[in-house]
Amino acid sequence: MTEHLAGHYPYYFLAVLMAVGFWGMLAKRNLVKKTVGMSILQSSIILFWLVTAYKEGATVPIFDPARGLGDPAQYINPLPHCLMLTAIVVAVVTLGVAFALILLIHRNYRSLDEAVILEQME
Amino acid sequence: MSAPHLPLLIPLTLLLGALAAPLAGAVHRRLAPALALTAAGVAAALSLGGLGVVLAQGPLRYRLGGWAPPIGIEFVLDPLSAFVASVVTVVAFAVLLHSPPVVARETPDRVVPYYTMVLIFLTGLTGMVLTGDLFNLYVFLEIASLSSYSLLALGNRRAPVSAFRYLILGTAGGSFYLFGLAFLYLQAGSLNMADLGAILPLVPNRSAVVVGLVFMALGMGLKMALFPLHGWLPDAYTNAASTSTALIAPIGTKVAAYVLLRLFFFVLDPSFSRDGLPLLTALGYLGAAGVIWGSVMAITKSELKRMLAYSSVAQVGYIALGIGLGSPLGFIGAVLHTLNHACMKACLFLVSANLRLRQAHTHIPRFDQSLRRALPWSMAAFTLAALSMIGLPPTAGFFSKWYLALAALEQSNWLFLGVLLASSLLNAVYFFRVLERVYLMKGPEEPGAALPAAGALPPPREVPGAMLASTLALAASLLVLGLGNAWIVTHLIRPMLPAGL
Repeated sequence: MTEHLAGHYPYYFLAVLMAVGFWGMLAKRNLVKKTVGMSILQSSIILFWLVTAYKEGATVPIFDPARGLGDPAQYINPLPHCLMLTAIVVAVVTLGVAFALILLIHRNYRSLDEAVILEQME
Repeated sequence: MSAPHLPLLIPLTLLLGALAAPLAGAVHRRLAPALALTAAGVAAALSLGGLGVVLAQGPLRYRLGGWAPPIGIEFVLDPLSAFVASVVTVVAFAVLLHSPPVVARETPDRVVPYYTMVLIFLTGLTGMVLTGDLFNLYVFLEIASLSSYSLLALGNRRAPVSAFRYLILGTAGGSFYLFGLAFLYLQAGSLNMADLGAILPLVPNRSAVVVGLVFMALGMGLKMALFPLHGWLPDAYTNAASTSTALIAPIGTKVAAYVLLRLFFFVLDPSFSRDGLPLLTALGYLGAAGVIWGSVMAITKSELKRMLAYSSVAQVGYIALGIGLGSPLGFIGAVLHTLNHACMKACLFLVSANLRLRQAHTHIPRFDQSLRRALPWSMAAFTLAALSMIGLPPTAGFFSKWYLALAALEQSNWLFLGVLLASSLLNAVYFFRVLERVYLMKGPEEPGAALPAAGALPPPREVPGAMLASTLALAASLLVLGLGNAWIVTHLIRPMLPAGL
């Protein structure tokens, strides 16, 4: 049991983080809090990719004469990191668009509370 | 023209157009729409040309940077991707041809950024269709989604709110896709579609693959507004500017459906998708539920754009139903319906844009015979598209439903057959409600009496040439596609059927 936890605790943590983000997106009434939830969800998935690339005792994938080239377990997998660099850019742009929309909404309705906005939309 | 570069040239043309549009717009504002139209036209010509080349010579693969897959990313033009890219670019060309007067009126101060965003949106869609790499697909998916949020945020006062909701749900969809992809990558160690397809059958841990596929299908279901994940769609389409809706409604959700087709029938072995996973069956039943739900909701709506938006939910349901049947006939029905619905919905939304330009409203209870007198050709196009939506032969809509019905019959799936028949009747209810008012309802004695702001409006008359030409061309295409459906199925869709389906 402890051995399983020692090897897998990041996954449990990320599952909780993902649930928190998803709950924030759906249940929060304030639009900024929804955006924060969305960002937490995205971050949890980015971290999930990165955790999968991690190897105990391995190092960055740059040739190290002391470790040699024979054993792939000596180097972590660089591909998920490269992919997630792109995913982070996507997440930043999404935040930018979300904040632009929030500004527009605030200009139109003078509120960021979803219930108040829906009332005014009637 | 060197054929090997075709797969990349299609999105590249649109991307270059997106870069050039602000520069051209800085010289003169009217150059931006012309440039967007040119870029879409060139991309459409390349796609159609590519379709011809692919059918004659087989798939074209382009290696980005010369790196061989699976290390490098490849762009693939095969019969399915060439077909969907042609649908996307040709419909976009028709909508852009129609757009300048509408955009100039509805968003007068944002013409140049608007066309830039349209081209980025089209770059994203064609990139999604043509890429042969599942992570690359995610990036193009987000490019298309982010630009569609901003396009849908332009419109009436409520549009930013509905676009924000779409952003939240759309981002959740994209994130679920990425999450599911992590499982596939972990198990197979590859992101290239062809490579992944070869490795996945050898993967011992099937449950991880299935979890990944469920998340990817969930993400795409959100993007294609599959019932019950369609909550964002009706508000977003109703509140947005007319051109945004006319552009995004026919092609935006279809490309997500294309990703499902690609994933379940090309990346995965079709026999595994059909027999090893209850996922495909679930997709079919959700599609069937969406067909009925969307049609019933459309009947209750009094705003034309909202009615058409709910009908979009129903029409995406047909495509999901075809995918869910998992048979050659279901596949043909789904692909044919992608084409037919893109033309029908574009035509219907263009007519609603014409009405907004001339009458400044699309409130169905205020429709009467004066509309038919003022815009006879637009209303004729609307009638033809409505008949096609209902599924009356010889219009295009009949034939895709015919193939779906044959596929349901083949598997003795009486529920799906019942859904197809019932939905035609429901479609008839909500379209004839409009047609009855336009053709039979007597208008008020004085033409301006029903419109309080009539003094401020231009006198109602038919829309200018290019707008009318594009509306009528789409309407006429429904007859052409309907009459030519046998040729389309034999020469375009049969060659794309995956081996083993």
